[in-house]
Amino acid sequence: MKLVLDRIAHRVGAEPYLHPLDLALHPGALTVLLGATRAGKTTLLRIMAGLDAPTRGRVLVDDVDVTGRPVRERDIAMVYQQFINYPSLTVADNIAAPLRRRSVRLPDREIEVRVREIATRLRIDGLLDRLPAQLSGGQQQRVALARALAKDAPLVLLDEPLVNLDYKLREELRDALTRLFATGSSTVVYATTDPTEALLLGGYTAVMDEGALLQYGPTAEVFHRPASVRVARAFSDPPMNLLPARMASGTLQLPGDVRWPVPMAGADMHVASTSGDLSSCTLGIRASALRLTSRVGDVTVRGTVALADIAGSDTFVHVHTAMGPLIAQLPGVHDFALGAPIALHVDPTRALLFDSAGLLHYAPATRAQ
Amino acid sequence: MARIELDLAHAYGPNPQHDRDYALRPLRATFDDGGAYALLGPSGCGKTTMLNLMSGLLAPSQGTVRFDGVDVTARTPQQRNIAQVFQFPVVYDTMTVAGNLAFPSRNRGVDARVIRERVGRIAELLELNGLLDTRASGLSADAKQRISLGRGLVRDDVSAVLFDEPLTVIDPHLKWQLRRTLKEIHAELKLTLIYVTHDQVEALTFADQVVVMMQGGIVQVGSASALYERPAHPFVGYFIGSPGMNFLSAANVNGTLTVEGVYVAAAPPQSGAFVIGVRPEYVTLCASDAPGALPARVTRVQDLGAYVLLTATIGHSDQGSAIIRARIPGDLPAPSQGEAVWICVLGPHSCVYTTAQLGELEGYV
Amino acid sequence: MKPVNQKAWWLVLPVVLCVAFSAVLPLMTVVNYSVQDIISPERRVFVGTEWFAAVLRDADLHAALARQAIFSLCVLLVEVPLGIALALAMPAAGWRSSAVLVLVAMSLLIPWNVVGTIWQIFGRTDIGLLGSTLVRFGVDYNYAGNATDAWFTVLLMDVWHWTPLVALLCFAGLRAIPDAYYQAARIDGASKFAVFRFIQLPKLRDVLMLAVLLRFMDSFMIYTEPFVLTGGGPGNATTFLSQYLTQKAVGQFDLGPAAAFSLMYFLLILLLCFVLYQWMQRVGHDHPAEPLAHD
Repeated sequence: MKLVLDRIAHRVGAEPYLHPLDLALHPGALTVLLGATRAGKTTLLRIMAGLDAPTRGRVLVDDVDVTGRPVRERDIAMVYQQFINYPSLTVADNIAAPLRRRSVRLPDREIEVRVREIATRLRIDGLLDRLPAQLSGGQQQRVALARALAKDAPLVLLDEPLVNLDYKLREELRDALTRLFATGSSTVVYATTDPTEALLLGGYTAVMDEGALLQYGPTAEVFHRPASVRVARAFSDPPMNLLPARMASGTLQLPGDVRWPVPMAGADMHVASTSGDLSSCTLGIRASALRLTSRVGDVTVRGTVALADIAGSDTFVHVHTAMGPLIAQLPGVHDFALGAPIALHVDPTRALLFDSAGLLHYAPATRAQ
Repeated sequence: MARIELDLAHAYGPNPQHDRDYALRPLRATFDDGGAYALLGPSGCGKTTMLNLMSGLLAPSQGTVRFDGVDVTARTPQQRNIAQVFQFPVVYDTMTVAGNLAFPSRNRGVDARVIRERVGRIAELLELNGLLDTRASGLSADAKQRISLGRGLVRDDVSAVLFDEPLTVIDPHLKWQLRRTLKEIHAELKLTLIYVTHDQVEALTFADQVVVMMQGGIVQVGSASALYERPAHPFVGYFIGSPGMNFLSAANVNGTLTVEGVYVAAAPPQSGAFVIGVRPEYVTLCASDAPGALPARVTRVQDLGAYVLLTATIGHSDQGSAIIRARIPGDLPAPSQGEAVWICVLGPHSCVYTTAQLGELEGYV
Repeated sequence: MKPVNQKAWWLVLPVVLCVAFSAVLPLMTVVNYSVQDIISPERRVFVGTEWFAAVLRDADLHAALARQAIFSLCVLLVEVPLGIALALAMPAAGWRSSAVLVLVAMSLLIPWNVVGTIWQIFGRTDIGLLGSTLVRFGVDYNYAGNATDAWFTVLLMDVWHWTPLVALLCFAGLRAIPDAYYQAARIDGASKFAVFRFIQLPKLRDVLMLAVLLRFMDSFMIYTEPFVLTGGGPGNATTFLSQYLTQKAVGQFDLGPAAAFSLMYFLLILLLCFVLYQWMQRVGHDHPAEPLAHD
């Protein structure tokens, strides 16, 4: 299904919820709506669904204007962050409910086959006779997802569906979902606040911030080449280290009197702009670009450890430095005492530079694949 | 402060017969004086039950709780002199922030001057000093939870301070600062702290010793790096790390090692059938003639910025038997989807488990 | 957001009509009566605010109003603390809880006039349990003849009849307090009184507000029970506002003053409820917390 939002804007009272934006979703693909809480993701989803009519602009489905057409006249599926099921219906009846609606009424045998198939793919086929209250949170959300996906709607909208689950359940269910979406039969929009989740889901990403759509494109491209400081800030976890810088005689001056060599444009550089004003620019260093081991040409930053957050496979080290607070992402488990001295090394060609207007000047080229 | 020893079991229903009747299966555990511990596990693993048994909110259906060798099983929380912080903020609405912080000490008749001094110190550590004269009821959930934490930490003579998922209501951006605060508090006040959570980040960051629990039992006690490098049970490998550990069936066939049915040129670590566990971080791409190389086909490539996550099936047919994940560092080239590759899973970081242990994990997942 | 269609209004229509016929039209009739002198069904004279002025000067009404105010105040002062105490004493769970709930709720199921009749008999000195017991112990009790006795009997009857309502509301309020609060209090070493003062009472605030408003409105409009029990006597000792009004409207058929009085009665209750509500809203919020900078 082709969904186009044409100059959509939404305000409630005097407060703008969405600034005017255009968005043409890639048909049959997964689009991640990424942004912090209150960035406007839910408002946009509700407009896509037809639960709300935008104050301005048009919603086009397959080139037909459907603005203001109520949600029950559109063929969509929606999943919320709360686990919403019919409490008095069994799992099987919950999943079958949208298939039994008068407008789509399928033969009972076919409904049974469809229910069993989707339940198997979401691994709840052993629970079909239970009531939602007898299930764990993860199982309840699987049922809600199965109900949304059973009717094979051309547009599937998911509003932070995994946010209320423990991280292990989240990992498993996310895997199951991406496999289901990979068939390409539906256009899927998935709202999340978690940049890592966007990367795991892949597809396309639309980055939102304070009611504005900042950038839309293939997920990896948006991540590696954020168009602006705002996108970089919204689409990085741990947050990208953003340092105020000043261009002076071919090198960048960073806080704490650190000199940062500006790399030559080359095959390993993606140059977004050659013109921008660099008098008060912003240098972006990814947490994963900082290392404990030094290599030739590195810039070295010394500081003290504020906290080592151990996240299983990675350790996020918060460091106080003369340049300001930095976060480094180190693979594996590293235990640092609070206040311990630390030296971090970074290859200057792996940094991003944003000009005085906050727009991308250059970024490292993405890996060879 | 006290050294806490548990030798007990607990069932909520009468006459427990099977393992599944127990919220906590018979176990022994020791928590040393002044240590920072975390009880980590999924919901329903018994970690909150264990906490409530220590605080005395719950009496064990069998066994004893000892503080410094003294049996306190029959004692109330007051008598045990325990402080506990709950998942959702508990504040006394009609009191000021200072009144809230002073409440536990006032109830025990501590000298007013001592209370004031201690409240001031705790408020400073928790960044509540600007709010001391404010009424507690109108504050944000975050501030309220810091008040709850403060009430738990205000008495310096407590046997232990117990935390039950205390950061649940805290805004994600503020969590790391509170984790730091808790670590600072532990370093400064030298209290015995026991922290219950289902979040690996909180447990591994906060605690010197993490107690990993599953289905009412303890599966491993150890430091963050021990749990990461040497999981004693497949469950620990699965639960800690994102994504969790890969498990491959292996066997010693007449002195030759097979992994997922593929003969590999390496010495088998033991006889019979067993399981090899290897973290995605330690799975490497290698040449076809490297020792222990396994043929695999890449089914999925996810670019996560810092690294590439590969999903592959072992064996060169499309119907590969086992799925394996590998984390390829960001500065190394990564294969593309559908490509045939060779991978190495054997090395100093690979772990060996029994098939029965893996069965317990699959019963859980 | 624009409504999808206007069909919903048709569903509201029956309610609008019912309210119009049952409340708005009668009220308008009362307003109509209050500004006219109805000499006979055909002859009526517009008298403006004359009836209102007359009612305000009526000494009997002043006495009834004072009696009413003291009665309502006593009802609140007795029933609210008693209701809270009862709720605190009720078992929280199990079959005992259900049994006690049914017992407590019993008096609420009895119709008003039956309550009056029960107490009429209960208080009799010859055959009534209360009356005869008091007399046997040498108390000179006679609710039909002694004004004080009559007044206390009416109050006692109201307490017996309505305290369970306060108790049930408080019971529900107490059950809604999360267990963590009690656990935290145990760990903080709080005494039973401290638990009541710092947890239960603040958490019951909203429920208590409801209970006070309900009991105030109901007691301020009390009619049936004293009417059946004492008929407003002896003398005027238990003639409360609504009974005085009825005497005027039905007994003396002074429709004009009765209508004017009704309107003022209505507005008075509205005003007192508003004042009470505003005051209670402020109790427990006398130092509004300052908004946090980082919120």
